[in-house]
Amino acid sequence: MTTGLLLSVIIVLMVAAFLYSRTRAVQLVAGNVKKLHSRPTYHGSFGALLIGFPLVVVMLFWMIAEPIYLNNIVHGQMPDTVNALTDSERGLIESQVRSIANGLTLLDAPERRQVSEGLVDTRALLAEKGVPLGSDVQRYMVAAADTYLERQGLSRTLRVGVLVLVALLAGFYLVRNLTPELRARNLVELAVRIALITASSIAILTTIGIVLSMLSETIRFFNMVPLSNFFLGTVWDPRFANVGSGTEVGQYGLIPLLWGTVLISLIALMVAVPIGLFAAIYMAEYASNRVRNTAKPLLEILAGIPTIVYGFFALVTVGPFFRDFGATLGLDVSARSALTAGVVMGIMIIPFISSLSDDIITSVPRAMREGSLGLGATKSETIRRVVLPAALPGIVGAILLAASRAIGETMIVVLAAGVAPNLTANPLEAVTTVTVKIVSQLTGDTEFTSPQTLVAFALGLTLFTMTLILNIYALYIVRKYREQYD
Amino acid sequence: MTDSTQPSRPTSGRKTIGEAMKSSLKSRYAAEKRFQAYGIIAIALGLIFLGLLFYSIISRGYTAFEQTIIDLPVDLPRAEFSVDGQVTDEAISKANYSKIVREAIVKTVGADLSNRGEVRKVLELVSREASNQIRNFVAENPDAIGTTQIIPVLARGDVDSLMKGQIRRDVDESRRQLDDQQLVWIDQLIEEGRLEKRFNTFIFTEGPSSRAESSGIAVAVMGSAFMMGVVLLLALPIGVAASIYLEEFAPKNRWTDLIEVNINNLAAVPSIVYGILGLAVFINYAGLPRSSAIVGGLVLTLMTLPTIIIATRAALRAVPPSIREAALGVGASKNQAVFHHVLPLAAPGVMTGTIIGLAQALGETAPLLMIGMVAFVNDFPTSPWSPATAVPVQIFLWANSAERAFVERTSAAIIILLVFLICMNALAVFLRRRFEQRW
Repeated sequence: MTTGLLLSVIIVLMVAAFLYSRTRAVQLVAGNVKKLHSRPTYHGSFGALLIGFPLVVVMLFWMIAEPIYLNNIVHGQMPDTVNALTDSERGLIESQVRSIANGLTLLDAPERRQVSEGLVDTRALLAEKGVPLGSDVQRYMVAAADTYLERQGLSRTLRVGVLVLVALLAGFYLVRNLTPELRARNLVELAVRIALITASSIAILTTIGIVLSMLSETIRFFNMVPLSNFFLGTVWDPRFANVGSGTEVGQYGLIPLLWGTVLISLIALMVAVPIGLFAAIYMAEYASNRVRNTAKPLLEILAGIPTIVYGFFALVTVGPFFRDFGATLGLDVSARSALTAGVVMGIMIIPFISSLSDDIITSVPRAMREGSLGLGATKSETIRRVVLPAALPGIVGAILLAASRAIGETMIVVLAAGVAPNLTANPLEAVTTVTVKIVSQLTGDTEFTSPQTLVAFALGLTLFTMTLILNIYALYIVRKYREQYD
Repeated sequence: MTDSTQPSRPTSGRKTIGEAMKSSLKSRYAAEKRFQAYGIIAIALGLIFLGLLFYSIISRGYTAFEQTIIDLPVDLPRAEFSVDGQVTDEAISKANYSKIVREAIVKTVGADLSNRGEVRKVLELVSREASNQIRNFVAENPDAIGTTQIIPVLARGDVDSLMKGQIRRDVDESRRQLDDQQLVWIDQLIEEGRLEKRFNTFIFTEGPSSRAESSGIAVAVMGSAFMMGVVLLLALPIGVAASIYLEEFAPKNRWTDLIEVNINNLAAVPSIVYGILGLAVFINYAGLPRSSAIVGGLVLTLMTLPTIIIATRAALRAVPPSIREAALGVGASKNQAVFHHVLPLAAPGVMTGTIIGLAQALGETAPLLMIGMVAFVNDFPTSPWSPATAVPVQIFLWANSAERAFVERTSAAIIILLVFLICMNALAVFLRRRFEQRW
C-alpha cells in the first residue's frame, strides 16, 4: 500500500476511534454524562489520539529508516570497480540505480524481462516512460535496482504488518481503559500542550537548521580552500570554466564582495537615514492626525513592494537615468552601478527607519518635551536638544535593523549592481556583493563537490553571522530603550 | 561702592539679553521653519519615490494588456489534413501549418508567392506562434476542414511594438525594424479591418515562451498558488500554536527568552539564507524534487512563520485578562479558556498577520532562485511535487531578457503581482477595521 493510502486509512481509523470512544463513554454511564470525569468529546479525542499517534510515529520511523536501509542495500550490491571510485562518483551511480528502480516500476512484465535480460536499451526505454537517466545503464545497475525493488516491497509489507499490530494493541488498550473515571480531558490537554511546545520549538529548529546546513558545507569548503584565501584574499576568481577538473582551485577573496556590500549599504543608508528620520520626526511631532494617518501607510507601502520590483525599477528606470544624467555632466556612469543599487535600496528601507523611529520618538515621555518647551525652547530646539538625544539609542537600533536589511538584500543588487567584483571606492562603477555571488554560484549546477559551489555556503554563513550580530545588537538596544521609558 | 557699580551692569545686561533674544528670536524661528520644511521635504520625497516607482512600472506595462491580432482568412484544404483521403487526428497534428500560414498571409496582403524575399518579409508580420494557433483551431473545429476560415492570429512582436508606438514610423528605414514595404502592408491590413489591437488574453492564459507576443504568467500564477497553499496550510497552524504556547502557557525562563530572541532574529534574517537552508535541508537532505512548489512552499513557510507569530502574539496580548479570568472563574480549564475564548477574540488579528505574511511570501524571489526555480517551466504544475515557477521568479527571468517586448511583459507581470498584493493588504486592513475590538 502506498503512503498516501495508509495515511487515509489512519485518518479513517482515528475518526472511528473518536466516534467509538465517545459513544462508549456515554453508554458506560447509561447516558448520565455528569458521571463522566470529562465531557464525552474528550473521551472521543482521547481515543482518536491513542490510535493515531502511535501509527503516525510508525509511519515517520519508516519514512526516515527505509531510505537509509535501502541505500545500504544498493551500496552492498555495487561491484568492486564501483567501490574503488571516489565518493561523489559512487554517489552518482547509486542515485542512478534508484532512478532505474523507480523507472522499472513503470514497465509492464514483458518489458521488465527484456530489461533484466539486457535485450533492450534500458536508458531509451525509461526515457520514453518519462524517467531520464544521466548515463548509460550497466547490467549490474539493473541487478541492483531489482534487489532494491525487492527489498522495498519487503519493507512495505513489513510496514503494513507493524501498523496493523500497533493498531490492534492500541485498540485493545483503548477498550480496556475506557472507563467513566478516565481523566480524558487532562490527557488530551497534555497532548495539546506537547503539540504547542513542538510548534514553538520550530523557530529554534530553523535557526539550528540554518547554522548546521551551512556549517557542514562551509567546513568542507575550507578543507579545499585555506581560510586565508577566503577571508584575506582580495581577488575573486572561482575559475568556473574548470569546474570538476579538480586541478584549479581558484581565488575566493571575500574582501571585494564584502566591500561591494558595505559600499551599497552605505549609499542606501545615506539616502534612507535623512529621509526616514526627518519623515519620522515630522510625523511624530508636527503632523496633524490626518496627515499622519495618510502619510504613514503610504510610506509603508514602500516596505511591502517586493524587492524584485525595486530591482526592475533600478534596471530600467534609475540605472539609465543616472547614466544619462552622468553623461550630461561628462561623468562615465555604468548602467549597473553601486550608486543605482544603493539609491534604490535606500528608497526600499525608508519605511524601516521612519516607522520604527516614529514609534520610538512618540514613546519619549511628554514631560521631557513639556519641560523644554516651558523653558522657552522652540519646538525644533526641543526636538534636537531633548527628544532626539533621549530617543537616540532606539533610533540607532532602527538604523542597524535597516542596515541588516540592506546587507542581506538580494534581488536589487542582482539586477542593478553588476556581477564583476570590484574593489573600488567610486560609486559610479559596477560592484558586486556577497548575495549576488551566492545566487550566481548556486543557481544551475548543484553537485556540492567543488569549491565553486561550496563557497556559496561559506558566503551564506558570513552573511548570516553579520546580520545576526547586527540584529541581536539592534534588538537589544531597542528593547533596553523601551524598558527605560516604560 | 557696590551700589554705584551695580545699577549699570544689570540694566546694560538686561538690555543686551533682551536685544539678543529679540535678534536671535528671528533666526530661531527661521530655524524652526527650516526644520519643519525638512520634515515635509522628507515625506514628500518618500511619496515622490513611491509615485515614480508606480508611474515607471505602469507606464511601461499597461500596453501589454493589449495585443495586436491579425484576422487571417485561412484556406484549410482537405488534402492537407488527410491521409489517403481520410481526415485523421494524426494528419491534423502533422499538417504543414507553416505553409498554410505562408499562403494565407501572402494572399491576404496580395504579395507575390514566387518572390522569396517578399514572402519572407510578409511572414515577418505574423508571429511564429500562428502555426500553433491554426493547429489548435483545426483540432477544435475539424468541421472547418475544406473551407476558408477567418482565424485571429498573433502579429509579430515588432508589428505589435509599431502599433503601440514603441517603434516610430518616422525613423529612417535602415534603422527601423520594419521596412517601408511592410508598413504599407500593415496599413493595408489596418484599413481592411484585419489588423488591430485587442485585449490580451495570452498573458493570463499562457506560460512563458521564448516569443514575447505569446508568453504569459498563467503557469507562474499556478505555481505561486500552490506555494501559497502550502504556506497557508503549514504556517498558519504552526504559527498560531507557537504563539499560543509562548503567550499563554510558557513560563518566563531562559528557554522562552531564547525562543523569543530567536523569533525576532529570524524575522530579520536575509531571505536568501532561507533559500540556502531549503537547498541543503529539503532538497539535498530530504530529497524533495528540485524547483517544486512543495520545497518553495516549505522555505516560504519558514520565512513567514516569524511574521505570523509576532502578529498573533500581539493579537493574543490585546485580549484583556478579564476574559481569561472569567472563563477560569466559571470552571473552564486553561486550555478551554484559551481555545474557546481568547483565540476566537484574537482571530481578526491572526488573520491580518497571516495575510500580511502571505503577501510577503508571494513577492519573495531570492530563496526561490536558490532551490532551482529558474528553470524554464511551461507546463502547468499538476501537484506541489511537479516543477513549478512563481510570479516573482518569472518577473526576474523576463527582466533579464533583452527584447523590447519583454520589458512590457515584465512590467505587466509586476502590475498583476502588485494588484494581488494590494488586494491582500486591503483585505488585511479591512479585516482589522471591521472586526478589531478595543477594550
